[in-house]
Order: sequence, then C-alpha cells, then structure tokens
Amino acid sequence: MYSYSDFDRAFLAERNAQFRAQVDRRLKGHLTEDEFKPLRLMNGVYLQLHAYMLRVAIPYGTLNAAQMRQLALLAEKWDKGYGHFTTRQNIQYNWPKLPDIPDMLDALGEVGLHAIQTSGNTIRNTTADHFAGAAADEIADPRPLAELIRQWSTDHPEFQFLGRKFKIAITGSPADRAVTAAHDIGLRIVEKDGELGLKVLVGGGLGRTPMIGQVLRDFLPRADLLPYLEAALSTYNLLGRRDNKYKARIKITVHENGIEEIRRLVEARFLETRAEFSGEDQRLLGQIETHFAPPAFRGGNTEAYDTAYAADPVFRAWADTNLAAHRRADHTIVSISLKTPGQTPGDATAEQMRAMAELAERYGYDELRISHEQNVILPHVHKSDLPQLHATLKQHGLATANIGLISDIIACPGMDYCALATARSIPIAQEIATRFEELKLEHDIGPMKIKISGCINACGHHHVGHIGILGLDRAGVENYQITLGGDAGPDAVIGSRAGPGFPAEEIVPAIERLVRAYLDLREDPGESFLSTYRRLGDTPFKSALYDAADRTKAA
Amino acid sequence: MPRPYTPKVVTASDLLEGDVIYLTATDNWTRHLAEAELIEDEAHAQLRLLLAESQPNRVVGAYLAEVKPGPHGPEPTHFREAFRATGPSNYAHGKQTGL
Ligand code: HEM
Ligand code: SF4
Repeated sequence: MYSYSDFDRAFLAERNAQFRAQVDRRLKGHLTEDEFKPLRLMNGVYLQLHAYMLRVAIPYGTLNAAQMRQLALLAEKWDKGYGHFTTRQNIQYNWPKLPDIPDMLDALGEVGLHAIQTSGNTIRNTTADHFAGAAADEIADPRPLAELIRQWSTDHPEFQFLGRKFKIAITGSPADRAVTAAHDIGLRIVEKDGELGLKVLVGGGLGRTPMIGQVLRDFLPRADLLPYLEAALSTYNLLGRRDNKYKARIKITVHENGIEEIRRLVEARFLETRAEFSGEDQRLLGQIETHFAPPAFRGGNTEAYDTAYAADPVFRAWADTNLAAHRRADHTIVSISLKTPGQTPGDATAEQMRAMAELAERYGYDELRISHEQNVILPHVHKSDLPQLHATLKQHGLATANIGLISDIIACPGMDYCALATARSIPIAQEIATRFEELKLEHDIGPMKIKISGCINACGHHHVGHIGILGLDRAGVENYQITLGGDAGPDAVIGSRAGPGFPAEEIVPAIERLVRAYLDLREDPGESFLSTYRRLGDTPFKSALYDAADRTKAA
Repeated sequence: MPRPYTPKVVTASDLLEGDVIYLTATDNWTRHLAEAELIEDEAHAQLRLLLAESQPNRVVGAYLAEVKPGPHGPEPTHFREAFRATGPSNYAHGKQTGL
C-alpha cells in the first residue's frame, strides 16, 4: 500500500503545527469562533450536539495494521474507547476535547493519516470499492488512481474554495460497490479494445435533491484522468452557483445547464488542461502503482476450510454470508460485520480495532479496508486460515454473520450526535436489527439493504436503500419516512417515497409488515425484496404499510 | 392580548470540551439544565443572551432554547434539547455519566 514520502510527512507535520498554533490562539482568545471555525473545519474538526467531533480520512478505505492500531490508540487515549466508521470511509471520534486535537492529529501523522479536506468546500476523501485489489470480478485495482487523485487534490490551490463540497468515488469492478452514481464525479474502470480507461459520471448526489450521475465521457484513456478532472472541476468552479448553498453542488449545475452543455464546456477546457500536463503525473502514477502490487500470496491446500465448513454450522453460516470471491481460488475476502444486532452500526471499540489489526497481520498480509457500508474488510485471506480467524472474531464479538442482510444497516449518527439532525437514526437501526434477530427471519429474507438518515442531508444513503428511512421532525416529534426500491448498485436508482411517515414507536412494526408482505409476495425464496418490488410495483407494499388492520396511526 | 412569552434558557457549547452548558441566574455556567436560569421575559432574555455572547472565550454558539418550568428547574420542551440535556441514546455517555 501507499507509504508516505518525506515530502508527505513534512507537509503533514507543517499542517499540524499550523493547526496547533490556531487552536492555541483560539484558546487564548486571539481568534473568535467565526475566525476559527473555517480553520478547524479544514482540519476535520466539527462541533456537534454533545462535543467536538474529529473526522479522519481513510483514503480509499485502505489501512494497514499499524494504522488501525493508531486509530485504537486515539479512541482510548483521547476519546471514549471507540470510533465510528462512516459511509465515506472515514472514522469519526465523537468526544475529543479541543485542546487535545492537535496531539491527536500528530499521532495520526505518525502513521500517515490525517483529517485534511474531510470538511469544507474542497475535494473530499476519494472513496473506492472496498474489495479493490482483491475481487474476482475486478478489471483493475482502482486505488492507484485514487491515490493519484488524492495527491493532486490535496491542497490544490484552485480547488480549496469550491462552490460546495466535492466527492469522487472510483470502482474497478462492473459490480460497482462504491456507489459511483451517487457522487459528484463517479469513475468506473472499463476496458475497450484491450486498453484500460474510465467511464466518467457526473452530477450524482444524495441530500435534499437526490440525483443519479449522468455519463460525461464513455471512455477516457487512463492517462487523461487528471487533466480531465481538472477540466471538470474548473468548469464547475466557474459555472456552479454560489448564491444558494442548496443549489451549489455540481448535480444542480448539470441539471440546470444540461449534460450536453457541461460536456461541451468540459471537453473544451480539457484541450487546455491536457496541454498543461507534462506527463509528470504519469511518472508519479507509475511510482504509486509499485505501492499497490499484490502481496506475495501463499499457496497451500484449503482442506482446513472444507472440514470446518462441513462440521460447524456456525462457521458455515458465517462463511455463507461474510465471504466474497477473491481473484485467487485459494483465497477469499472476509467482511467483518460491525452490525451485531443491538450495536451501533459502524462502531468499533479500541479492543476490537486491535484485534482486527492483529488478524490482518497474522492472516491478511497486513491489509484492512473500511467499507462504505460501515464494515471492516480483510481483503486477502487464505481459506485454510478461516477457521482460526473466525474463532478469534468470535472472541471479540466480531463474528456476526449478516453481511448484505436486513440487520446490516447503514445508519448516520443522527440526533444522537449530529447537530444538523432532525431525528435519531441509531436507535431505529438497533431496534430493527434486534427485532429481526428475534424473529429469526433474517436468512430467509435474503439480500436486503436498509439505510437510515437522520435528516434530509442523506449521509445514511437512505435514497439508495432497498428500504430507506428518513428521520424528520414533525411538530416536535420524531417521524420516519419510508422510501422503497432504491438501489446503490451499477444501475443505481433513487427510491420513491411510500407515503406519510411513522412515529418512532411505529417504524419497526411498519418495516416488519413490509417484510412480511414481501415474504408472501415473492415467487420463490430466490426472488429478492428488490426484484419482487420491481416486478409488482409499490401498490402491495404501500398497502402493507398503510392498510393493515393492526396499525394505529400515521402522521 | 399579547401572546405569553415561552420561557427560555441560555445554552451554548463549552469552548474546551464542546459539551452543553447553560447560563445560571448568578452569571455562571452549569452543565445541568435544571440549574439554568428560567427566563420568562423577552427583554431579559435578550440581555442574558448578550451576556453569553460577550464570553467568546468560554462559550460557542450561544442561543435561547425553549423550556418549561418543572418541579426541579427548567425542563426541555423539544426532543433535541432533551438529548442535549442528557446525552446520546446508544451509550450512557455525556451527561448520563456521573449524574
Ligand atoms: C456528523 C456530522 C455530519 C455533518 C455536519 C454532515 C453534513 C452533511 C451535509 C450538510 C450534507 C448535504 C450536502 C449537500 O446536499 O450539499 C451531507 C451529505 C452527505 N454526508 Fe454528511 N454529515 C455528517 C456526517 C456524515 C457521516 C457520519 C457520513 C457517513 C456515514 C456522511 C456522509 C455523507 C453522505 C454520503 C452524503 C450524501 C452525499 C452527497 O454529498 O450528496 N456524513 N452531509
Ligand atoms: S443525514 Fe443529517 S443527521 Fe445524519 S449525519 Fe447527515 S447531517 Fe447528520
């Protein structure tokens, strides 16, 4: 994986020293909050409902064991012993104290991590497929390009004050596990006549005006990525609206000007930017690629796996849900669920982080990934190591077998932490997961993505959940609106609103009615909720939500 | 008839810890809503808010929050203020510890 050069380290140390001085001036009263706020945001420091929050970027979701251990150290030393992994492949600490934050940033810097551009109207952490470099279905590892984007966008002088935040996601697989269509720019590695290139999507986004990205370029040669991004960003920087924060994202620029006009402008600008790139970026990319060479995979038979699979039903259930196809037949991708029913989705304790770091070192070639679905991935594990790995996971409460199932819920922090929230998300996720655990229906229900946001900003991706839940404040009471039929995959779809929302105590029964209706309606156990919904439309599901005799009232 | 003034408290975040604090009748800051000054007059509320805003080195983001009088002091009327006064619901953190 990418390791920092002296330049990177010096840059980070200087940035942290600057911020330490800024915090010091704030504490001494030389800076007002109005002056300090943009400075702290540039370094990932928010002020939330109960405390400050520090958001740390995990570039393209990739970590090594030493970095994971450092995240654990921060949690223990300066927070309350845990961290929250988010849909943007970041980790958030919910309880840091302002005077401690410079020390936290220095500790992160020791392992090449930082919080730069995790906030503000800049190019944010580029997210990537969490199976990158490992998946059987992958065309190419997207991370070298993601790292190239990171180096280009970090502290890029032209793009520090964009009209609004800017999010880029990249996938190297047609399965698109990075939700590229819901990003300002989505990049998909494609192959044409034996040449690798990129399909470029633009103008996707969730929030108050959800939109699916449109194709800006069907095939961009790989070498043209940075000049093309530069052209797209500078077109947006000029054209994007600055009069209204809610109309400032590139999705609105694309919507208002039309994709043809945007394409015309970007392509015209691209002729100039391409001429300005001397090829230095390609030399850099070549260098970056050496950091992403696959590990020296070990051989050996997989008998231990086959034996455990046949003998141990708990291991088998876990293997059936939490493993994904690796590009080598004797290896596999392990998803570690941070969604044990009743727990906060995406939270891991310091002790769990250390256990995962240890496992990555022992069985996973020192590699870890954070998924946008708020789980942790060991991308390369030899199958014969799985029985021991699973046993260790069990000891740390990390062996929940629910990846892709109804209790594998994405939930934003909501009103338990977030100052912008209109309702809570975490308890709703906890209650739904706990309820379906009781019912023992989870495996029967099959693939199901529930995603919950605590306000219209949609950090919990509710628009692209098969079932989406949006928490609102209706006359001083928490109220939850359901959307149906969303899809975060390669052919992403924004779900549609089912109807009036439900008060907090009625949302879990409503979800249960919806799921029971699906079980009755499906043609056979192989037909997923989403397929059934697509076949039948929303009528029977709305009926289950609103016509049922056992429901009392909807607001 | 003028509408009766809805009672308020002055609340803010502590500069160092970022946690929720309230202004007391004796010009101090407390971490407990019940100890906050219940303000029942609009003009007085504005003066108290000004006092809070004049302490940028102690507090961040001061505002007036709606409350109702209770047997032990002010009580929240909206769930957001109820969460601020106690802490998150997923862990016994924030003001739920050591209370
Ligand atoms: C807790 C503090 C947070 C704040 C203040 C915050 C703020 C926002 C705002 C204002 C938007 C709307 C942007 C727009 O429509 O222009 C947004 C969108 C989004 N945020 Fe957050 N967010 C927070 C936490 C999170 C977390 C924890 C995650 C990941 C779990 C996240 C991921 C996202 C995503 C995926 C979107 C929608 C995609 C888009 O930008 O269109 N945010 N956030
Ligand atoms: S969706 Fe709303 S409540 Fe949830 S984290 Fe984003 S801004 Fe906060």
